[in-house]
Amino acid sequence: MSKLAAWYARARQTARLMIGVPDYDTYVQHRKTFHPGEAIMTYEEFFFERQAARYTVSKDRMKGCC
Amino acid sequence: MNAGPMGVGSKLMWAGVAGLGAVSFGIVALTRGEAVNAAWLVVAAVCIYFIAYRFYALFIVNRALGADPTRQTPAWRRNDGLDYVPTHRYVLFGHHFAAIAGAGPLVGPVLAAQMGYLPGTLWILVGVVVAGAVQDMTILFLSTRRDGRSLGDMIRAEMGPVPGTIAGIGVLLICIIILAVLALVVVNALKASPWGTFAVFCTIPIALLMGVYTRFIRPGRVLEMSIFGAMLLLAALLYGRTVAETPELASMFTFSGPALALIIIGYGYVASVLPVWLLLAPRDYLSTFLKVGTVVLLAIGIIIVHPDLQMPALTKFVDGTGPVWAGGLFPFLFITIACGSVSGWHSLIASGTTPKMIENENQVAFIGYGGMLMESFVAIMAIIGACVIHPGVYFAMNSPAALIGSTADQAAQVISSWGFVVTPDVLSQMAQDVGEKSILSRAGGAPTLAVGMATILSQFLGGKAMMAIWYHFAILFEALFILTTVDAGTRVCRFMIQDLVGSAIPGFRETKSWSNNLIGSALSCALWGYLLYAGVNDPFGGIYTMWTLFGTANQMLAAIALTLCTVVLYKMKKQRYAWVTIVPTVWLVLCTVTAGLEKGFSSNPAIGFLAQAGKFGKALADGNVLAPAKTLGDMSRVVFNNYLDGTLAIVFVAVVVVTVVYGVIGIRKALGTPTSTAHEVGAIGLVGGAR
Repeated sequence: MSKLAAWYARARQTARLMIGVPDYDTYVQHRKTFHPGEAIMTYEEFFFERQAARYTVSKDRMKGCC
Repeated sequence: MNAGPMGVGSKLMWAGVAGLGAVSFGIVALTRGEAVNAAWLVVAAVCIYFIAYRFYALFIVNRALGADPTRQTPAWRRNDGLDYVPTHRYVLFGHHFAAIAGAGPLVGPVLAAQMGYLPGTLWILVGVVVAGAVQDMTILFLSTRRDGRSLGDMIRAEMGPVPGTIAGIGVLLICIIILAVLALVVVNALKASPWGTFAVFCTIPIALLMGVYTRFIRPGRVLEMSIFGAMLLLAALLYGRTVAETPELASMFTFSGPALALIIIGYGYVASVLPVWLLLAPRDYLSTFLKVGTVVLLAIGIIIVHPDLQMPALTKFVDGTGPVWAGGLFPFLFITIACGSVSGWHSLIASGTTPKMIENENQVAFIGYGGMLMESFVAIMAIIGACVIHPGVYFAMNSPAALIGSTADQAAQVISSWGFVVTPDVLSQMAQDVGEKSILSRAGGAPTLAVGMATILSQFLGGKAMMAIWYHFAILFEALFILTTVDAGTRVCRFMIQDLVGSAIPGFRETKSWSNNLIGSALSCALWGYLLYAGVNDPFGGIYTMWTLFGTANQMLAAIALTLCTVVLYKMKKQRYAWVTIVPTVWLVLCTVTAGLEKGFSSNPAIGFLAQAGKFGKALADGNVLAPAKTLGDMSRVVFNNYLDGTLAIVFVAVVVVTVVYGVIGIRKALGTPTSTAHEVGAIGLVGGAR
């Protein structure tokens, strides 16, 4: 059962990263470990931030065509 | 992941894979006169991929690049939980594949099938192993060693500002041409097709709904939103049949090519100035999942149905007289296949988000090389899709009306005279099976692949009754992600135009300004829109003219990226292994320069743009109308567009030649220096993630 759950978690993580949303838990863990006491975005804020970042074009952010 | 000495068991296993691959490949390559089963092609391809990965990719990574598993990657060094995140290799592989997979590998191989299945298949397999996957992996490696910097930045840092600027212009040109060509594919698929048009139009309100849902109703719930969107999409697809069968509704969704072109240009403009969360993002989510899902479904379909290939191994069109695109095997087959075996565009993706998330340098082969092998497999499936249908149907769908006429009778007669015997009944029956009035002259790959997919998928899911639904599903899936590309690509073009114009008028660079965005988007749409409109009205059929131009531009960018790889290998003092990138660079330079020169200066009007312009210009001056043009207006359009296309072809040649010259200068400099002069970032230091 736990194997199945792990498999599902990984599939979900992959599907989310395909559309440019990295793992939220990893982000929270990162903030807690390296920036203790500082603000942590809620999942919604995190999602909106990543969504905007994916489509913002800049010198080092170009989306593919073919 | 390191290639240590092999045990007896693994030696035996690899010998088995090699044997199986050789047998399958022999059957694919040598069978004449009887139909070859697609399964042999799949088995041969997969065996070649495994062997190439195990013996070539790992060799390059360990020896030529010298990947260091103890060296921190940017994901660890700059970890911020957002852009830079160490990510499990399977998860990152999925991300990388979804980012590189697009319309290119579906279209090119379908068009290449006019020469038979063998030439295309050979280049898809050889090209990916020695060129495409090597490029993707090496660029990924270089970017990983440079904090995930972009291709343009790396060229500026390693080769100098001039080649950097030239590469930038190259990218802008590709972007404009690919947008025009892909939009043209959609136009050819939807013209006079109310079912397809209705379903594709429906994706806009569906995406808007999904956008509002994830923004306000249930923020960030991607799974719910995607299921909800997919169900609405399915409903639109099914209702499309009713639309097509109800005359009043059908007339509302029946458009000519030029009308559709104007609609798509308008859509591209509006979409690119809307906030991203409203239309672009939800549509991108849907198209990404649908794309990956359909690729998997098609793979399962091909394995279960394992159909026979109807197309011969070689057709008489290897001599360059084919109706789908003009030009001989060298260099135009390689230019036509483009993304399925080597795609310059991937060098932008491999230096984008992936290098910021890779856990360890020893994973660049799996993600960079492996991801491209998957893409090549998509190209193999596309060529199978095009070759399982009746060759007569294939040529009817892909030849311009100027050659085959506009009725099934005329088309069947012309195509039979080429040696692909087909009756008018076969053509009209196929149109009826897929729920269309006509399938003639729908060049561009998408409709052909849709017929191939419908043929394969209906054999294991739903039978013949489902064929029309599968056909329109395939059209919908391709149109959906092409329109996402149109939206995203217009934004990319806008940014590059703003950057270019901004060097003269600094105020124009400000990307947050609404007026700048409105003007920038208008300029960007005007550029690709002009080419699209010209293509739709081209009496020769736009794909015939423009796909070659796109292919040349794409391979040109690959040549630039591989030149960078070569220069950096010399700078790293790895010149002993530099042949791994020199071989594909030389080949791509030969292909693009020959193709560009032939397209520019060939005296054969069917190939050379300038010769064609001259021929039509002379007739125009005498007041004559040459077929396939019908009016003097057509004539002057042919003349102008051929001059424009000819100029572009020559610009591509110039870009490649200048880059190579700078590459040689860079290599000579590197050889004159005793130590490594590569501009790498970050030091060696053991960190987690080594697997």
